[in-house]
Amino acid sequence: MQATNILILILGLGVLAFFLGRGRSLALAKPLGGIRKLHSLPSYYGMHVALWCALPSLFLLCMWMLFDDPLINRLVLDSVAAEIAPKDTASYNLLINKISNLADGILPRKGESAALIAAADHLVSLRVISRWSLTALLLTLSSLGLLWGWSRISASFRARPVVEKVMQNILLGCACLAIFTTLGIVLSVLFESIQFFRSVPIFDFVFGLEWSPQTAIREDQVGSSGSFGAVPLFVGTLLVSAVAMVVAVPVGLMSAIYLAEYASRSVRTYAKPALEILAGIPTVVYGFFAALTVAPFLRDLGASFGLSVSSESALAAGGVMGVMIIPFISSLADDVITAVPQSMRDGSLAMGATKSETVRRVIIPAALPGIVGGVMLAISRAIGETMIVVMAAGMAAKLTANPLESVTTVTVQIVTLLTGDQEFDSPKTLAAFALGLMLFTVTLLLNIFALHIVKKYREQYD
Amino acid sequence: MTQLASADKKKRATKAKPAAMKSLEVEGHEPTVGKVFTENPKMTMRNVNVYYDDKQAIHDVSIDIAKNEVIAMIGPSGCGKSTFLRSLNRMNDTVDICRVEGEICMDGENLYAPKLDVVELRARVGMVFQKPNPFPKSIYENVAYGPKIHGLADTRVDLDEIVENSLRKASLWEEVKERLHQAGTGLSGGQQQRLCIARAIAVSPEVILMDEPCSALDPIATAKIEELIEELSENFTIAIVTHSMQQAARVSHRTAYFHLGRLIEVNPTEQVFTMPQHQLTEAYITGRFG
Repeated sequence: MQATNILILILGLGVLAFFLGRGRSLALAKPLGGIRKLHSLPSYYGMHVALWCALPSLFLLCMWMLFDDPLINRLVLDSVAAEIAPKDTASYNLLINKISNLADGILPRKGESAALIAAADHLVSLRVISRWSLTALLLTLSSLGLLWGWSRISASFRARPVVEKVMQNILLGCACLAIFTTLGIVLSVLFESIQFFRSVPIFDFVFGLEWSPQTAIREDQVGSSGSFGAVPLFVGTLLVSAVAMVVAVPVGLMSAIYLAEYASRSVRTYAKPALEILAGIPTVVYGFFAALTVAPFLRDLGASFGLSVSSESALAAGGVMGVMIIPFISSLADDVITAVPQSMRDGSLAMGATKSETVRRVIIPAALPGIVGGVMLAISRAIGETMIVVMAAGMAAKLTANPLESVTTVTVQIVTLLTGDQEFDSPKTLAAFALGLMLFTVTLLLNIFALHIVKKYREQYD
Repeated sequence: MTQLASADKKKRATKAKPAAMKSLEVEGHEPTVGKVFTENPKMTMRNVNVYYDDKQAIHDVSIDIAKNEVIAMIGPSGCGKSTFLRSLNRMNDTVDICRVEGEICMDGENLYAPKLDVVELRARVGMVFQKPNPFPKSIYENVAYGPKIHGLADTRVDLDEIVENSLRKASLWEEVKERLHQAGTGLSGGQQQRLCIARAIAVSPEVILMDEPCSALDPIATAKIEELIEELSENFTIAIVTHSMQQAARVSHRTAYFHLGRLIEVNPTEQVFTMPQHQLTEAYITGRFG
């Protein structure tokens, strides 16, 4: 039986167990004088039986799915004829793939050696045995669980604390899953980076001023020794992010002030969602908008002033990125401005301050920590933004602070390093992991800083 | 927008009832009893109606507030006394759905006239709120806030003097002179409220409105504020809304009793609390409801 079918069967049994348990508790309660004589509500008894029925089986199912493939593969390979037996890991994997493809009928059997065909047949039979034994085992386990849970029900049985405890642990498990995933990603990036730092010294990477990741394939090739200095990339990233912030912070903040303090309710109802539509535009759309509309416009504009503006300028990419971030800043700032207590406004207005004086002298200072926190989050978004810069910023790593020139960013380089067919053990590819790690560290630090500020702000008025 | 609208409404209202002074008797409403008018009024209110959308919160209230008197406004919750108080410095303008009809004058000048400058009005009529609301700034900056926005001090020395005087008048100076540049929010509740009073008197208003200034304070802090109100009444006209009848009895010269948006009785405080003229007032002060 397929794993999905088994899963559905177990869940069905669980539902059945719930009603059986609930029914039994109700039946027990009747002669005693109603469900108030039970320790817990009937649904807790039902839940208790259902958990006993389903949880152990689900756990076994997960374990089985994790371990049956390697086990079966090992069994098959141990039994193959000596002439095709693998010598090292690479050929081992190759052979396993071949046998499994033969077994699934992806590869035609015609023309393969008898030993391979035999191995494929062996694999198929092992898989069938595994499935059926799994099904039988799970059904037995579920039924046993159901019976055990069902038999424990009595009027004085404390089902509620048990169910609560199990629920709590399930929730904990889900939370852990998210954390472990993050941890897994960080660790994998970290290990690949360490491998990269074996071939390129970490000092050269962090402080190197030149970035050209083309490495020589042959010894005698000229001019492509490869240099991995990340500074130009980070300078480019910071330049684009700075341009984005110059656009996004004033516009976002002021529109937030307008929405929170001045706009009437009806304007707010329409203007706020309209602004949030900006956040719903896919970044790839912003990207070609920047590359095809804004960048040529800026180049022509610059030409009419006698300035030479690159057609892939940091200004175009950063400007469009800024527009993308406006709703992010404005909605965060709107929240903190609205959170400033009305009594502050009343106090200021009652002193004879005008609305703009109130905003400038009382509301903004009071909301400042929250606003700064929002801006920090926006910066880490700008740094991590990829699509717009891939399309609108350049590829050449230039160390410059001039927004009219073309620059490249960390994310752009990661994309170019990893797109297409790559070998995964050359420093060129591994550099992407090191860049990713550094980018991750920077945004993480910014986020921690931002959260710290936001937290501090929460304690302000009490 | 709301200011203009309410001003227009007011014009129409006064046209409709030109001889408002003559009679306080309006349809379906018995007149306010007691000493409603005074000889030397600082503020005069005639036939004031306040609405929130369609709901009328204040019904046809007329009253005078004399110079340098302390007038207490009492009444059960939701009777409109706070709404009435807030219409005296046009704080109701900040509530979109609120509109005020009738005539509210200070020194004979209509507060709801279209050309009246609200900023100037609020500098002349200060306000202290129910919950202490110091700005999240230093103690000094809190008091200096008003003088700064109204340009009352040309030099730093002037400003220092205004701040010190205001804090002294609010009897807070001795407690905070060592820490003027620390946050105002770090003070105790009673000190914060006195800081708010200092902030209000720093712009030398003529009238101070107090909206239940002691309701968030403990008895000792309350006693200090009450003492302060007595001192302030030498220089300022004070209108105070309070839930505590004892407080009204202790600090005020006259007491106005509001009931369901109507002004029932206004009389000298001793009289209100010893022999109220109106049965509703009597019922309230003897604790039969409220």
